[in-house]
Amino acid sequence: MQLTLGPVLYHWSPERWRDFYYRVADEAQVDAVVVGEAVCSKRAPFKQDHIPAVVERLEAAGKHVLHSSLILISLPRERRQTRELMQSDEAEVEINDLSCLAGLAPKPFAVGPFVNVYNEVAAGFLAERGATRICLPPELPLTAVAAISAAVPQLATEVFAFGRVPLAISARCYHARAHKLTKDNCRFVCEQDPDGMPVKTLDGAGFLSVNGVQTLSDSCASLLRDVPALRQAGVASLRLSPQGCDMVAVARLFRDVVDERIDPEEAERRLGEIYPNVPFSNGFLHGAPGHVRTGAGGATPGDRLVSQARGGSLHENRA
Amino acid sequence: MELICPAGTPASLEAAVEAGADAVYCGFRDETNARNFPGLNFSREELRKGIAFAHRRGVRVLVAINTFARAGAFGLWQAAIDDAVAAGADALILADLATLDYAHRRHPGQRLHVSVQAGAANPDAIRFYAENFGARRVVLPRVLNVMEIASIVRETSCETEVFVFGGLCVMEEGRCSLSSYATGQSPNMNGVCSPASHVAYSERDGRIDSRLGGFTINSFGKDEPAGYPTLCKGRFATPKGSGYIFEEPVSLDAAVMLPALRDAGVTAFKIEGRQRGRAYIAGVVRSFRKILAAIDEGRSPPAASLMAMAEGQAGTVGAYRKGWR
Repeated sequence: MQLTLGPVLYHWSPERWRDFYYRVADEAQVDAVVVGEAVCSKRAPFKQDHIPAVVERLEAAGKHVLHSSLILISLPRERRQTRELMQSDEAEVEINDLSCLAGLAPKPFAVGPFVNVYNEVAAGFLAERGATRICLPPELPLTAVAAISAAVPQLATEVFAFGRVPLAISARCYHARAHKLTKDNCRFVCEQDPDGMPVKTLDGAGFLSVNGVQTLSDSCASLLRDVPALRQAGVASLRLSPQGCDMVAVARLFRDVVDERIDPEEAERRLGEIYPNVPFSNGFLHGAPGHVRTGAGGATPGDRLVSQARGGSLHENRA
Repeated sequence: MELICPAGTPASLEAAVEAGADAVYCGFRDETNARNFPGLNFSREELRKGIAFAHRRGVRVLVAINTFARAGAFGLWQAAIDDAVAAGADALILADLATLDYAHRRHPGQRLHVSVQAGAANPDAIRFYAENFGARRVVLPRVLNVMEIASIVRETSCETEVFVFGGLCVMEEGRCSLSSYATGQSPNMNGVCSPASHVAYSERDGRIDSRLGGFTINSFGKDEPAGYPTLCKGRFATPKGSGYIFEEPVSLDAAVMLPALRDAGVTAFKIEGRQRGRAYIAGVVRSFRKILAAIDEGRSPPAASLMAMAEGQAGTVGAYRKGWR
């Protein structure tokens, strides 16, 4: 089983972004790395100049590099950027919108988690058109993951295994809105929240996280304890989505669990030290609400306790 | 300009037809359609009769089979497609690559519309659906302004349909898992959003709190009506303050935008609300008929004729007007 580092979804400063990938190239035990801007086209120019050096460093370190498309493509310049990306001879693209496939001669491509592939028929359709790997939507349960892997074995399937879960994309920028700005005049306020802007319920429970036009979960997906079931389901790769924590250490933990060098329960305890004060969840994989953290074999009722008290947390995590 | 009206029940279908709909859309009573609510939708027999009724009055029926098929259970979606075609559906409204591909191969003559749930937000995406599946019309996601819609119409050969009244998604349709994050039930997989089965209200310190899947979505003082906890229309707390951080509890009312949308080249105007009763449907359809007649004759449309239908909710033109973003 391989590890893939997903694209940085947040708006990190160009230097932080570059240095993050330099360290990944030198130290992280991941097989593939997805680079580029997926969330907001306004951010793309900031990292554009660093991309060639980042790609070169990653490839020199033996990483398989993929270039992410945008998720929501509507403006003329976004369509132009997408077309250029798809027509580039060098870049292998991870498409996050089906418009990437319009009118293009087939070349091998990867399918990102924002393309709606919920079943083996849709996966097979994309495989016929040149898809070689697919990161399935985070809301898919294990039964669907297994069915797709079994029916379309020529497609390497990947699941979203670590990181705040991307839940929605909008034309409206909620970072700008929170700062009483508009998207066109946003002053890039999203850069102030390199790990997302926390959104709590009015009684203080962690709930969501805003990243510009994107909404993520407050909880962080961790499928560490599900690795044996994922292997059985034919999953080829686990996606680690960069957060504001030591991602090299996160990758090492996942590598150790995949290679059966460490007990998954112990690994998740250590993950809590690497990324503290963020609840873990794996509900989607078990067909439960996404925020839930269940036992590796299925939902445990104790994990779904809801604290009604003011300031209480919805998550009975890290017990 | 066509007026496309919702029907959650055979009674609503008849009401919409009689009130002046050009076409009615509806779905089967199962997880194949994106309004899979208890007590709603059509059996096979009801659909057959409904289509016959509508056709006798020159009204078309569009069948929405617009969820994403469950892996390993594609037969349910295949059967829905086959049965809708056999019942005489004028078009199928589809979102999933799987259902589009199947319908296109199995029923090559059948008219296919791309559902709003497919999130086709630019001319390239629309071209993809037209080239691969022969799609004839696309229902545009509610993320575009009128100028962008006009440019899409100029660039594609596909007809376009836009929502003009009813519920408003502020996230791009078909790519939102907020509901399943809180409840386990999503529009894409289950055909529901913020389902009533997961809603609870409670009283605390003289306030009414509304919850969805255990998460507090809003809290109302004595002078505020306790609204339904639709997740993206709730009040939440951020470091920059508390409030409606995504959108207020508003619904879409783009009646004032109809002339601009017509000039943009839009083929059809769609009213949301298959979950609504027949009186509501009849009232909204009649109002829109009057507005469209006025526009056709160059008169100014009757003012505020729809406000009574919005059930206390404020209206918004949403993303159609630049600046909403």
